[in-house]
Amino acid sequence: MTETTNTLRFILNDEDIALTELSATETLLDFLRLTRRLKGSKEGCAEGDCGACTVLVGRLRGGELVYESVNACIAFTGSLHGTHVVTIEHLSQPDGPLHPVQQAMVEHHGSQCGFCTPGIVMSLYGLWMRDANPSQLTAEQALQGNLCRCTGYAPIIRAAKSMSQFGEIAADPLVAHREAMKARVRTLNDGKTVEIGEGKARLIVPATADDLAEAYAANPTATLVSGATDVGLWITKFMRDIGPMIYIGNIPDLQGIEESAAGITLGAGVSYTQATGVIGRVFPPLTDLWLRIGGEQVRNQGTVGGNIANGSPIGDTPPPLIALGASITLRKGQELREVKLEDYFIAYGKQDRQPGEFVESVTIPALPAGEKLACYKVTKRRDEDISALCGAFRVCLDNAGNVASARIAFGGMAATPKRAKAVEAALLGKPWITATIEAALPAFAVDYQPISDMRASAEYRLLAAQNLLRRFHLETTGKTARLVREVA
Amino acid sequence: MNKHDTLRPISTEGRLHTSTPHDSAAKQVAGRADYVDDLPEPEGMLHAYLGLSAKPHAEIASIDLEAVRSFPGVVGILTAADIPGENDISSVHKHDEPVFATTRVVYHGQPIFCVLGKTRDAARRAAKLARIEYRDLPHVTDIEASMAAGGTLVTEPMKLERGDVAAGLAKAEHRLRGKTVIGGQEHFYLESQIALAIPGEDDEVLLHCSTQHPTEIQVMVGQVLGVPHAAITVNMRRMGGGFGGKETQGNLFAAVAALAAKKTGKAVKIRPDRDDDFVITGKRHDFLVDYEVGYNSDGKIQAVDATFAARSGFSADLSGPVTDRALFHADNAYWYPAARFVSKPLFTNTVSNTAFRGFGGPQGIIGAERWIEEIAYALGKDPLEIRKANFYGTDSNNITPYHQTVEDNVIHRIVEDLEQSSDYQERRKAVLAFNEKNAVLKKGIALTPVKFGISFTATWHNQAGALVHVYRDGSIHLSHGGTEMGQGLHIKVAQVLADAFSVPLEHVHITATNTGKVPNTSATAASSGTDLNAMAAYDAARQIRERMEAHAAKIYEVEPKDVRWEYGGIRAGQQFVPFAELATSCWMNRVQLSAAGFYKTPKIHWDRASGRGHPFYYFAYGAAASEVTIDTLTGEYQVDRADVLEDVGRSLNPAIDIGQVEGGFIQGVGWLTTEELVWDAKGVLRTHAPSTYKIPLASDVPPIFNVRLAEWSVNKEPAIGRSKAVGEPPLVLGYSVVEALSMAVASVADYKLPPRLDMPVTPERVLMGVERMRRGEQG
Repeated sequence: MTETTNTLRFILNDEDIALTELSATETLLDFLRLTRRLKGSKEGCAEGDCGACTVLVGRLRGGELVYESVNACIAFTGSLHGTHVVTIEHLSQPDGPLHPVQQAMVEHHGSQCGFCTPGIVMSLYGLWMRDANPSQLTAEQALQGNLCRCTGYAPIIRAAKSMSQFGEIAADPLVAHREAMKARVRTLNDGKTVEIGEGKARLIVPATADDLAEAYAANPTATLVSGATDVGLWITKFMRDIGPMIYIGNIPDLQGIEESAAGITLGAGVSYTQATGVIGRVFPPLTDLWLRIGGEQVRNQGTVGGNIANGSPIGDTPPPLIALGASITLRKGQELREVKLEDYFIAYGKQDRQPGEFVESVTIPALPAGEKLACYKVTKRRDEDISALCGAFRVCLDNAGNVASARIAFGGMAATPKRAKAVEAALLGKPWITATIEAALPAFAVDYQPISDMRASAEYRLLAAQNLLRRFHLETTGKTARLVREVA
Repeated sequence: MNKHDTLRPISTEGRLHTSTPHDSAAKQVAGRADYVDDLPEPEGMLHAYLGLSAKPHAEIASIDLEAVRSFPGVVGILTAADIPGENDISSVHKHDEPVFATTRVVYHGQPIFCVLGKTRDAARRAAKLARIEYRDLPHVTDIEASMAAGGTLVTEPMKLERGDVAAGLAKAEHRLRGKTVIGGQEHFYLESQIALAIPGEDDEVLLHCSTQHPTEIQVMVGQVLGVPHAAITVNMRRMGGGFGGKETQGNLFAAVAALAAKKTGKAVKIRPDRDDDFVITGKRHDFLVDYEVGYNSDGKIQAVDATFAARSGFSADLSGPVTDRALFHADNAYWYPAARFVSKPLFTNTVSNTAFRGFGGPQGIIGAERWIEEIAYALGKDPLEIRKANFYGTDSNNITPYHQTVEDNVIHRIVEDLEQSSDYQERRKAVLAFNEKNAVLKKGIALTPVKFGISFTATWHNQAGALVHVYRDGSIHLSHGGTEMGQGLHIKVAQVLADAFSVPLEHVHITATNTGKVPNTSATAASSGTDLNAMAAYDAARQIRERMEAHAAKIYEVEPKDVRWEYGGIRAGQQFVPFAELATSCWMNRVQLSAAGFYKTPKIHWDRASGRGHPFYYFAYGAAASEVTIDTLTGEYQVDRADVLEDVGRSLNPAIDIGQVEGGFIQGVGWLTTEELVWDAKGVLRTHAPSTYKIPLASDVPPIFNVRLAEWSVNKEPAIGRSKAVGEPPLVLGYSVVEALSMAVASVADYKLPPRLDMPVTPERVLMGVERMRRGEQG
């Protein structure tokens, strides 16, 4: 066990914060608005969807201080140890000039009612530090997690594209004083495990995987929290009692990304954003899906490990990971075991995970050369929406053009992410031609009896799932069979 | 009043008719614009949270609130028994909308009690602990169920009739019947409902609310507390969005906060969680339009007979005027030789539907656009041809179904202008060619118009007041009855005032809307905010100006005709007097520098019983051309391009108006495509948060989005600056996307079958439409 501390430390704008008393389930937004009376960040939905509460959180990543947009409404204050939190109040002073991003928004009439505006400015600020001259698509991506009901976004996009005209990046405090801030943040990251409070209010922020294993074994009823993109809602919407809470986002051992010819291994704490690069390199067909997981804030917060561990039937990553034959490493104390991801999901709300056992990493084997892979997410709204269905397809053809192997998995079609084994069987050994596809379609009804809900009817789900196989076949034979957003 | 033609600005150096940023823009981008929840909280303030019905229709058998009361941090509970006045907040005084349900609940989510806590969290958690037993009663959730159960109406229906409909249908060469399903819409103002009540002396209460209608808050709070209106003051600086959802829907929260404040002697704030806001508050009405239309082979409509049934929810609220306005707009831009429109504001066991940008007008217009589309498919023509064949004339064929003559028709020019600028005809050919060549992806394009009647149809609402003070230093205090919800009302009125005094805009100090300053105001609604309040402010300015002119003539000893306003001050003969100096001089000489302005819209009258009158002062026009691509395998789609042209007369502030058009259009597209409200069989709303209810995102905006104002347009009526209203009409143009989607779907059956897509046109509805086309079904 590493050394422990009873103080949670972070920097809020310019101020050092040290908390020795803290409710584990207090959200950052409540901390800002209720405790600190910083009223610039707004609560629009309290579920990480509208982005009105967007702040930037700077974390040390590979020696760099990286600022990412975060939904303060579902981020727990307890997740901020060793970070620099930047709110809208930090961008300009009441008696001073506006920040270039703010000025661009004013010049382009980017605010109307103004309630979403601080969050939009923060998302654009995060973008501006990465890319002061974003393309429209880049700007749209940065705004995937920000809802505006007034403007129709057109003036906001115009503002985003013109940000660089209103000031120099080098003059921005977060840029100009990055090294000094990095040093300040580094002193906060002292390698100690944070432990605050007792009983159900207890918060543990382990500094190592060993500490986590020990803490979880000692508190098997604790809730493990990483990005809180789901657990946050257990608090803000369902007011559930989840304590004690173990926040696992500060564990370098769980932040690893290993890439080899055999495939990749992602530590359970790796966020979607952190994994974007390696996923794009190793599995290019997954890029489209990856950039449609939540909004940018959710991708910055949420983790692949969490997406798997919580066992949702509509998680975005399990279908492609199952198609790719991924496995997870589960750990309890010092015991490790590996489970095929497809075997991990047992039934709705039930996974192959024992009390005190946690997901340590996920390993995704590389796609052998020549195999075809695609993943299609179908939603009511293109971005930041939960799948009506999400299908991943992988086939390998032999030299004769017959299907040598097939792995197909869907989310949204059953109580768990699930393989389409009857469809796979119907394809196996057959030539990869339209007739084979058509003949295989009835097998979908064998594999899946989807439900009707507010996202889609059972009828639509089944039909669209079948059509996605048609799409996959068309695309693998060089046809255009899906929409691609193109912006000049 | 009304005697000035405000066509020309007073001063050419001023900023009237120029693009001036929103007055709060700099504060908003910096997070320093205050909304109610951002205000400093009075000491000892309590938080209220509502306890809601778990049933859509039931008798309340028993209520046990002990667990609520004993929850840590709870300081009290309020039920209907605590109401000293009336347990009713029906905005139309039908006594059908209790603050708290007593013996019966009529929708899932109806408030039954309220918890007061030291923190919002405590009150909210405690509210969940009530043990309420119900005896279920049968419930009706949607239009068809309501009609099947006998079709109870929440308010008097309306009929509009002109010409001989039976004869028109009989003699027409073709007839068709159809039904159009139009979904509802959640406002999704980013700032949810909120009220902060601060108790005063005796029976006084001060409320800070997020409301489009401070006067109604005042009236309702007075009614619930049983105190005179004069005891209640409502202050409203800005809303984080309204869209109609804060016209009447804030009444509940204000009444509860005020009631709690008077009971406890403490300030009380109430702010529902987003999900509860969705569940408790009304939405846009969904409609079922049932129509029969007779037309000739040239596409000209001979007669229309249509019923507009709406899901009104459990109470009347504004369902009467909303369904009326649907009928008023069932002509859109088209002349019908004979027409009969009937409304059915149906009772349902759902939240009481309410005002939403367009106020029923868009649903009426969509009815019209749908039968135009049906005629086009039946005749094998571009719907645009059918539209043009039926447009109102300018000198003839210009009487509406409500017997008002259309005197300002510019729809021909609007459509021609847009057809050219959007290259509609060439692009339509390209779309047809694309569809020939592509199997999976299909395109569609459509150009649809709007004509929107401007005025409240309840004539008495068309009045406004303003209070203007000029201080000794030349600064100007502006207060008027309109409310700011982001639409730029305040900056426009400030521009008018600066222009009227011929001073830089910075002289004008915009203040919160306050019932103590301007009484008996109308809701900021019906797109009329600027038309009414800018005129009232102008009237106040005129009074002060005339006094200042007379004073200048007197002390500089010149003829009144030799006094004229110049930018920054007044010229009296040869003498130029800066405005501030003149103001000081007026004060020293005891000239009154304050005035209350008033305005009432001229020309309008309406007799609902006979269905005749002149309900609208003028019409605003517009058109949009949208192009889409659909994926026939999944029904997914995207809007590739939209061109919008809007007639705002002579714009007071083009940037603000463009913002209204862009925002309104996208909000309309959202309504008709991805924004789907789903109630389950138990009468429970399943789409109650942004995770399940999908409003447009930045990536839903057409990659090519050309929005223009018709710069050539001038309001024929002497409205403020010869401008026109802009808030609602552009929303309707979102329908162009629906019709483009319909064309793409119809392409699957070579445009031979009418696509008949229900709205919202979700990807699922597109795919199911494609499947119907493939099976050769009529739909």
